[in-house]
Order: sequence, then C-alpha cells, then structure tokens
Amino acid sequence: MELVRGRKISGGTAEGLALVSHDPISFFGGVNPDSGVVTEKGHELEGTTVKDRVLIFPRGKGSTVGSYTLYRMKKNGVAPRAIINVECEPIVAVGAIISDIPALDRLEKNPLTIFQTGKKLKVDADRSLVEVSD
Amino acid sequence: MHLTNVEEKMLAGEEGYAVQKNMQILTALGDIFGADKMIPVSSVQVAGVSYYNLGDAGLEYLETLANKGAKVRVKTTLNPAGMDMENWRELGIDEEFARKQEQVIRAFVQMGITPSCTCTPYLVGNEPSRGDHIAWSESSAVTYANSVLGAMTNREGGPSALAAAITGLTPSYGMHIEANRKPQVHVKIDTRLAAVPDYGALGYAVGKKIGPKIPLFEGITHAQVEQLKSLCASIATYGGTALFHTQETYQEKEIPPETITITRADIEGALRALNDEAARVDFVALGCPHCTLDEIKTIADLLEGKKVTREFWICTARQTMKEAEEMGYAQRIRAAGAKFACDTCMAVAPLKGRFNVLATDSAKACYYGRGTNDFKTRIGSVEECVSAAVTGNWS
Repeated sequence: MELVRGRKISGGTAEGLALVSHDPISFFGGVNPDSGVVTEKGHELEGTTVKDRVLIFPRGKGSTVGSYTLYRMKKNGVAPRAIINVECEPIVAVGAIISDIPALDRLEKNPLTIFQTGKKLKVDADRSLVEVSD
Repeated sequence: MHLTNVEEKMLAGEEGYAVQKNMQILTALGDIFGADKMIPVSSVQVAGVSYYNLGDAGLEYLETLANKGAKVRVKTTLNPAGMDMENWRELGIDEEFARKQEQVIRAFVQMGITPSCTCTPYLVGNEPSRGDHIAWSESSAVTYANSVLGAMTNREGGPSALAAAITGLTPSYGMHIEANRKPQVHVKIDTRLAAVPDYGALGYAVGKKIGPKIPLFEGITHAQVEQLKSLCASIATYGGTALFHTQETYQEKEIPPETITITRADIEGALRALNDEAARVDFVALGCPHCTLDEIKTIADLLEGKKVTREFWICTARQTMKEAEEMGYAQRIRAAGAKFACDTCMAVAPLKGRFNVLATDSAKACYYGRGTNDFKTRIGSVEECVSAAVTGNWS
C-alpha cells in the first residue's frame, strides 16, 4: 500500500476506481449531467462516464456554471466519487464543495503519471491523503 | 489563511448550513489563490441568473440554499435573466422556460437579493465608491467597477459572488490588493475614437494584444458612460482583464515600460473581424451592456416617423425603461415597432435557431451572438443599426 499526500480542496472520504484524463474538463457543456458521460468533441474521455470513479484530471475549464453541473450530477447519482486535480481552479473547487465530493490537488507526485485508469484508490480528503491499494 | 473567531464559527456551522457551505467555498478559493485573510465586502453582483445557462442544476442548488435559510448580508443585485420577466411572451419565450426562470428569480429574492436583472448595476443604484471592497461577477461590470468607479473586485463567478453575499466576506487576493492593480502595459491610442463601436473595437484590439494584463490608456479623455461600458465589456470579453487605467484616473508617476500603439488600422481591423459577410439582417439588438437613458433617447429620436421591419430589441434594466416611459421615449420606440427587452439581453436569452444575422453596436454581443447562438454578426453605429431594423439591409 502506498500513501500520497496532497492539499485538501473539499472534505470527505471515498473509494473507487481511477479514471485518468490528461485533458482539462469543462463540466458545463462538456459532460452530460444526466448520464455522467463526457460529451466534449475530441476529448480524451469522450463517450466515457465519470460516474463512481475517482476522477483524475489536470484542472477544470470553461464557465463557472460548471460548478452547478457537478451538483446536478451528484443529485442524479452520476458524479465522480472523488476528484484529484493537478491544480484545482474555482469551478471544480466550488462544484466539489457544494456537492460534497472529496477533492484534492497539488499531490507530492504528478497524479496523471502515478495513477492509471482502473487502479483502486481511496481518497481521504480530510487527511489530505490518497491511498493506493496493492 | 487566517480566520477570525467569528469566521471560524461560521465555518464550523454555528450559523447554519448555508453560511457554512459558503464559508467552505470562500476558504477553499482563498487557499487556491494564496489569500491570507477574509475581508468584508459592501456590495455584490451575482451572475448565473439565466435559466438558459443555469439549467436544472443551478436552479436546484439555488432553491436548496434558499430553503435552508440563506440570506444575503450586503447590498446584492442580479445579472440579466433569460427573459423579460413581465413581457416574455411578446419576445417569443416558451411557457416552460418562463416558469423555470421565474423559479430561479424567486429563489434569489427569497435570499434577499434585489431582482435588478441588469449587467449595469452601477446605473440602477448599486454604485460602490472608490476604494470599496466588493465581490462582483459579470465581467463587464467588474471591469467598470475597478476601472471607472475605482472599487476593488476580482472577476467572481456566480457561485463565489453568491457566497460573498451570504457571508459578507471575500478572500483577500488579486484586485483587492493595491500592489496588484498597477498598470502593466502602456497603450497609446493614436487615433480619434468616435462612436460606441470604436470603443468596442479598441477593447477587442487591445484584449487580443495583451490578454489579461492591466493597460494604462493614453488618449482616452472625457469618455462618456456609454463608451466606457462598451470598452469594459469588450476588453473583458476578448482579453480577460479586470482593470484598466486612463491618464485621467491614474495618479501615479510610474509608467510601465512595455508600450503598444493602437492606430486607426487596428480599430478598422477589429471592426472587420467582428463583421461577417451578410447584406441582410433579421435581428437588431442594442444594449450590451444595458442601454442608458441617453442611448434610449437617441434610439427614440432615430426611429421618429419610421416603422421597423425586423425584430428589434432594446435591452435595458427595467428601472431605466420606466424612466424612459416617464420621459416619453419608450412610447415612441414602441410606436415604431421596436421592443424593450428588460431584465435580459441578446447574450443570455434562448435565441439559438430563431435568427441568422444579428446587427448590434456591441463588440461583446458579437462574441456571444456567434459563440452561443451561431449568428452571423454586423457591428456598426446606433444609426446604422436603426436603419437596418427599418430596411433589413446592412449598407
């Protein structure tokens, strides 16, 4: 078991399978709030659902309305279980907080390279930790 | 970030769910941007009001906050909604959209927010003073507040502005710190700027050249509110800056070493870039940002004795329209067949698919006309726009 430290953006704990995107994500207009499927044309995750995953991506982009989209996804049961950003920005930070989705950023190692899609992760945002199962 | 005892208690939930959630938002943002403390704000402008942009997601969040007892603690006004709140039928808005939009406004009103529904709060009584710390969203109003009024605000998003209203606080970083407000590029304007579209074109040209850097303009003197609000909207849209200085407002001696010059060719180039090939227009919209009373008077004078043949919207705050009624301008405009679109505008109303070619005097309206609604755009003076509304031709 490996522990990686980060910075807490939104509290809580969650466990799930990693889904890694090297592209930034725009939740408003880029993700379907009813299905959780990424719809942005040409996006690395186009056609993939983020539902119940530990979603790992560089940062959010686009309209601040994206915070509300995350909230809607949570209400619809299609939100990611946790979020790990390289560097969080206000859209994702606000969205995670109002939706009670644990979120971390600024990990001691680059999350885009140390975590692979499908790997089981436990995010303990209250202790600013990510736990990688063996 | 250092929090006072009172702020710690707000964060711990002692003042209820709404205050706690919104304190969490502000402390997270403060940490992200390296703020060392919270500061009180005296005024808030909340964007994210149109149901067209909010959708059910935003509506649900706002209703949850309102139902959990969220109340604003400072003067708070609203950005435009997706429709005229009284006259939506005449503007072609469908019933279901109208009902959802009314729910959005009700949630805001329940929180104690004034449903001003305008992007020009400074024209309808939310006018902060020089040095005031405020938390505004709506990029054109942010730039106006910082640059023309001398108040201090970051470019807030809808949710962070609402959080500031509910807590009365904002994290201290960016534009709230004097040292971050110094000009970074000296912009010499080597041409005479005439009507409103020239100021929009200036914002486009400078925004494209310097991005979010803070300009110090040399060559803007005695500009009117109408010209300044157009410049603010355009430079914020195309560049992203929250602040500019002019030689009239800038008191310091320090001039930034980086210098650019804007010539007539730059202005003409920007106007060409904002004009699509289209000889006929089917939609004319003025008031981005919302029209002042003077602009409405000009439109009324130009429409005297004429009839419009194209859908023609004059976007303005309801309060300004009422003043125009008292002056008799509004009646003359309606007699010519033009419509007031109060509480809303051509950028946030659900217009996609209804029109093909938009004529306007606003560089910002061109951006949203193209990006959100797939319109072709024509930009020109108010005279050209009124003429297009009458004849349908762009000459």
